[in-house]
Amino acid sequence: MGTLVKVQVAASQLLNEARSLLQEGYRFQMAYLRYMGPVPEIVYLVDRGPNFEFLELTVRAETELPSLSDLVPLLSWYEREIMDLSDIIFTGNPEPFPLVLLEGMALTSLPFDPTSKEILQLFGDTTPPQLPEVLATQVQDLFWGPIRGDVLETGEFHFAYIGEEILHYTPRLFYKHRGIEQDLQQQDPESGVILAERVSGVGTICHGLAYCLAVEDALRLDVPRRAQLLRVILAEMERIYNNLHFFSMLSKTTTLKVGEAFGALLEERAKQINAQLTGHRFLRNVLAVGGLRRDLNADILPTILSNLQRDAIDYLDSLSVTQSYLDRLIGTGPLPADVAFDFGATGPVAHGSGIKRDLRVHHPYSMYERLSLEIPVRTGGDALARSQVRGEALISAFDLIRQATELLEPGEIAAASPTSQPELADGLGWTEGPRGSCFYAVRIRNGLLERVKIKSASFSNWKVFPLTVHSSNMMDYAINEASFGLTIAGADR
Amino acid sequence: MKNWTLKGLAAGKATTKWPASGENDGQDKLLGFPTFHPQDCRPACRECILKCPTRAFSTKTGVDDEESVALDYGRCINCQICVASCPTTALQSSSNLTFASKSRQDLVVDEGANSRENDELQSRVSSIFKGSLHVRHVDAGSCNGCESELQALSNPFYNLHRLGIFFTPSPRFADVLLVTGPVVPQMKGPLLRTYEAMPRPRFVIAGGTCPISGAPFDMGYSGGSGLEIHLPVDIFIPGCPPTPAAFIHGLLLLTDRINQRLHGGGYEQ
Repeated sequence: MGTLVKVQVAASQLLNEARSLLQEGYRFQMAYLRYMGPVPEIVYLVDRGPNFEFLELTVRAETELPSLSDLVPLLSWYEREIMDLSDIIFTGNPEPFPLVLLEGMALTSLPFDPTSKEILQLFGDTTPPQLPEVLATQVQDLFWGPIRGDVLETGEFHFAYIGEEILHYTPRLFYKHRGIEQDLQQQDPESGVILAERVSGVGTICHGLAYCLAVEDALRLDVPRRAQLLRVILAEMERIYNNLHFFSMLSKTTTLKVGEAFGALLEERAKQINAQLTGHRFLRNVLAVGGLRRDLNADILPTILSNLQRDAIDYLDSLSVTQSYLDRLIGTGPLPADVAFDFGATGPVAHGSGIKRDLRVHHPYSMYERLSLEIPVRTGGDALARSQVRGEALISAFDLIRQATELLEPGEIAAASPTSQPELADGLGWTEGPRGSCFYAVRIRNGLLERVKIKSASFSNWKVFPLTVHSSNMMDYAINEASFGLTIAGADR
Repeated sequence: MKNWTLKGLAAGKATTKWPASGENDGQDKLLGFPTFHPQDCRPACRECILKCPTRAFSTKTGVDDEESVALDYGRCINCQICVASCPTTALQSSSNLTFASKSRQDLVVDEGANSRENDELQSRVSSIFKGSLHVRHVDAGSCNGCESELQALSNPFYNLHRLGIFFTPSPRFADVLLVTGPVVPQMKGPLLRTYEAMPRPRFVIAGGTCPISGAPFDMGYSGGSGLEIHLPVDIFIPGCPPTPAAFIHGLLLLTDRINQRLHGGGYEQ
């Protein structure tokens, strides 16, 4: 079965088409620029609901296209990225200022344009951003970043505040933009997995696996059953250490020092188990297009994981009866369900706001359909709800590993090489990582990657996050940010 | 209501005694950098050069016009692809991971250069930093893997503070600048401004393979080619990412509290 249904629309019909798709209850996932020969086109990826193929809506890009951001707010950042990296303009985009290329930076030519003959370089030095004007007296400006205290990823945050109240908050990411989508162009699909695993260090599997699935979809490769189940185990191991990290950070921001240390030690134990299984603390260097690079001994897991699971449950139980911790989470950073949906919240952020969507259940891949999995949902929409769904996801990861281990049988771990290669093949791959949905769209021409689009979970959730900060209070900011569990590397790419 | 103080006390000590004593550096079963013995290569074999995704291998013509293969650990991301592709035993898996070096040359396995004297190993660090070292970390385009491992240094198992090493919020209090990531174009300005804000004497650590050479992100319009073209580097810690133990080894190496293990690409067990 394919993963994509393709529809082409004219630019003049784009708004109408988008409206009718929304009326069907479909959800836009991402938008990106792709060239068909010398002709640029914008590709919109649309989720038509559980188990349906995804819809790929393409429109031939003219210099100006109508912005869909009013109808589909989550598309605004995609449109801005396209505007930064091409000369296409989306008229009516509500935030038509730089996103990926910061103020002060410029490109010598256009990254994805195959007709461009000039040497492509990004140059300049970052200058202060354009910020919304806040019309009130006594407003103070606070710039935090791009280099922040402690060991943190680079990102710059602007707060306009009065006293304790934050009036407006603007995150400025993309300092770390590495141009990975363009790096992957002209690579051979098999070696691309090395870069995909390094898009987000703590998302090695969700990125690496989504990439492999996309290439396998394009090349019509059948991944052996054992490799699929081992991939599930890798993905759930990633969920375990990431969620333990999440609770350590949430304890840290709620000044629960011992709780922070407990979480960090559990995370360390999980990473050491990763090393025992794969030889790498972030589970790198195992995935391959078509399966795995080498077989893994999953027999060691039940014993060592049952100890970790017991201690993780004890840790979560202790947190759930700690008044000072709960008090600071309840009501913090509320995100209503409709806002979460419109602005593209994904993973635990969406689950905490009552949106029951999980790619492992609704568009199962890698044999998740054979495993029983309950999507954790809360309707509170606050930091507490987001932490509760994370806690349940953590515990269910142990259970999924147990189920997958029981189904494991000796067998092949790599697909047979394809006998023939089509001249042009498109593929889509997706995973539900610890932070939410990750998509890779690939186009392979004559055996080489022509275009790879990467959508990380944090790219979606960073778009939503500011909405929970406006009108909140300074004291709660760090807690709210920790409750979103965001990373920057994957979003910046 | 949970009494966390009692819970913490009841849990006992989790901290490893390494590196002062004991072997428990948390690196059990990890796959390290491949060992490379070019004398075992098949003549004219170029498998590793063809397969390496980061161009860590290169050829060199020696005095007798013989071509030999060199390996640069400063470009190695530890992906093990070369080991799988090697038709002989020249490249083998190892568990060697603490590769921090004071000289970029020490990261290169090069048949003709094994006998080089490492004069540059003379310490450039005043002994006043041996008891206490303050580190300012800058993420110059990392994948967050290095940050995750640097954060792990503060967990109860590694407990970096026991070694007198601290991360500081401001460059004004920092002795060392620890940089991760390949130094992408948009991070060059903020990185240099951080360095300028540091008091002297100041030292620079390239933490990870990215800041050493840019690999695997040394291409495209927004890649970087590492730290050395921007700042003088005192310690190189290869790894993708370096393990927490490798980071600790590098930080202690800066203050001459531990021995360098890699010399001319060869690793002392």
